[in-house]
Amino acid sequence: MKKEIICAGFGGQGVLTAGMILIHAGMGQDQNVLFYPSYGSEMRGGTANCTVKVSDKMIASPVSKHPDILLALNTPAVEKFEPCLKSGGVLLVNSSIVPKEQKFREDIHVIKIPATDIAAEVQNLKAANLVMLGALAARTDLFEVDYLEKAILEFFEKKGKGIYNEKNASCYRQGVRAAKGQ
Amino acid sequence: MQLVAPETVTFTKSGFCPGCGHGLAVRLIAETVEKMALNEKLITVVDVACGSLNINSWKFDTIMAAHGRPIPTAVGVKKVRPQNPVLAYIGDGAAYAIGMAEMMHVGIRNDNIITIVINNSLFGMTGGQCAPTSLPGQVTTSTPHGKNAEKWGMPFQIEKAFSGLEIAYLARGSLADAKGMNISKKYIEKAFEKHMNGEGFCLVELLSPCPTNLNMSPVKCAQRINEEMLRYFPLGEFKM
Amino acid sequence: MSKVLLKGNEALAEAALAAGCRFYSGYPITPQTEILEYLSWRMEEVGGVFIQAESELSGINMVLGAAAAGARALTSSSGPGFSLKQEGISYLVAADLPAVIVDVMRIGTGLGDISQGQGDYWQLTRGGGHGDYRTIVLAPASVQENADFMSEAFELAEKYRHPVLIASDAAIGQMIEAVEIAEFQEHNIDKFGWTVKGCKKGDEHRKIQNVYYTHPDYEAFLRGKYKEIEEKEQRYEMIQVEDAEVVLVAYGISSRVCMETVEMAREKGLKVGLIRPITLWPFPTKAFQKALHARLFLSVEINILGQMADDIRLAVKGKVPVVHYGSIFEIPEPEDMIKKIEEWLNKEEV
Repeated sequence: MKKEIICAGFGGQGVLTAGMILIHAGMGQDQNVLFYPSYGSEMRGGTANCTVKVSDKMIASPVSKHPDILLALNTPAVEKFEPCLKSGGVLLVNSSIVPKEQKFREDIHVIKIPATDIAAEVQNLKAANLVMLGALAARTDLFEVDYLEKAILEFFEKKGKGIYNEKNASCYRQGVRAAKGQ
Repeated sequence: MQLVAPETVTFTKSGFCPGCGHGLAVRLIAETVEKMALNEKLITVVDVACGSLNINSWKFDTIMAAHGRPIPTAVGVKKVRPQNPVLAYIGDGAAYAIGMAEMMHVGIRNDNIITIVINNSLFGMTGGQCAPTSLPGQVTTSTPHGKNAEKWGMPFQIEKAFSGLEIAYLARGSLADAKGMNISKKYIEKAFEKHMNGEGFCLVELLSPCPTNLNMSPVKCAQRINEEMLRYFPLGEFKM
Repeated sequence: MSKVLLKGNEALAEAALAAGCRFYSGYPITPQTEILEYLSWRMEEVGGVFIQAESELSGINMVLGAAAAGARALTSSSGPGFSLKQEGISYLVAADLPAVIVDVMRIGTGLGDISQGQGDYWQLTRGGGHGDYRTIVLAPASVQENADFMSEAFELAEKYRHPVLIASDAAIGQMIEAVEIAEFQEHNIDKFGWTVKGCKKGDEHRKIQNVYYTHPDYEAFLRGKYKEIEEKEQRYEMIQVEDAEVVLVAYGISSRVCMETVEMAREKGLKVGLIRPITLWPFPTKAFQKALHARLFLSVEINILGQMADDIRLAVKGKVPVVHYGSIFEIPEPEDMIKKIEEWLNKEEV
């Protein structure tokens, strides 16, 4: 299985961390992984984004022209990357920020998660990315829901910055629930 | 009194011109090093210029560095072999023209190396062009009508540039006569002492004759140092 | 050793330490700066020397001193900064000194831009400084190779007493992959007799200078050294070249895309293969001798002038057409490449 994922959003929404968590989880299952951050002039303003590849085969190119999954935490992310999403691909949208009127392609699966609202409810605004990861685990076959949660826990422990606390866990699990309900 | 040549000086043909100051500087360094029993430890770095000939004039392990870069090269050596004394031997071109950035930054970092600057007020190896140390009015091959100080600046004084820096030692001596050399030797000794104490950057500038490029006799050259160069380059210790 | 996730630049830096490198002096420039930043704290942890020099010129000349004193010494830069190191590289070569210099290539001439590029091929492979020389150039294509080539670079540098260059690029420098760092090895600065260390009384003092001044048969020595390297050190990878009609030639990040291209092309029934030069100098001419049956060579590079294409033409001795395929604004795309390949294959002549 080979999956290409793009995570995109505003700087500070944790899209790069989400990408890092995904490759950490992939490595934990002995998969080949690659993380390629947005680079060059893109870094100045606009969206932050990264490309993540997880595969049981060798990964060739670091760029993804037609990703399988798009984690879009804001509207520019949708506008920029939705057009290149593979037909039949999965678009996870942060519906707290992307307006209701936003039109989406019909040949893809669109899952709307009010990630920022959920994160705000548990007073953990920075963890909108974890809400999205919960939704990703629930609605794609990339990782089992329990496995990804374990990987997130490990990721933060290795980072040393604390702690995958109850608030973080709550964000992740609510992301899972919100996605399953759709 | 019997004069004995230092053991660390070779007697192969040096290549220096008659009346040149390099041979004198080599002797002072060699005598100091032997006196301090550092001859088996000293590592030197010479410049691409007349001073490069020293690679064959003394018996110290020596690197011939790129033009103007003996200072960073010496820093590299010292960092790898902190127990060894390390000396960069350069001309005023390397010190204050092409290598000026390196000179300022070794001072800013106060790296623990010794630097001997041979100041003969011109570029020797390339045939006597104007240097930052050339005197106003000095005729060189690139200032055929005399150095115009308004255009090219006044002779550069390192003690002014280094006045705000916390370096270990800075002195200027002369190779014009016996008295000058005796004092210069003391400066060199002091630089080695401070260097061995790990105090930081030690610079000794030596005013030196270049009869060939100044087109003067050695005696006249020595007189010029005492009568003309000293006006712009005062002798003494500036940082102790 | 287990795998860890590291940025290409960080893997390079960590692998240098594992290879016994205990001296680094460099200057910041994007996209290689992570090497400098990583070593700024990590070098201290392993008891080595880290210097942020005042310029690339100073950095490379500190490396020269450190190498002459016996250390495994490293510096790194990118495009514009790498040009400044060329003077020092020339001096390292002249004095037979081993050192490793990394160029994390970016795009463009002059300032250019910080995105990935392969515009330094000429300055890396031609002996970019003054004089009559070349240097071994290793071109990693993954984060793992960034790590693996570091110890190899030091080994080669010491074997030939010659600087070795690593041609990385912004993409490989910035991307993160799982990587295994080799076991740490100690390097003894007194390993070689020729390094400066202080001259014992009665011994001949050591002179680190242009070998030109000291070698009894300098011309033969030079010819011999370069010939030996060209014969022994060509490194390359060949993928499905045996029956290929079109052979892609690419190194570094471009070669990754080409691997994907070969796979996609084969699925479509197109006979496409890949030669990946791992040493850019010596250029792997041996690989091309095994590929002369091809109808076309495609030099895939992130530059406009097709810098490597020249070497391919020489390697195939004009017997097979060589075409450059490149852009500077993005990493080439397999789909686009395949379209072009199909066009070329349908043409009578190239």
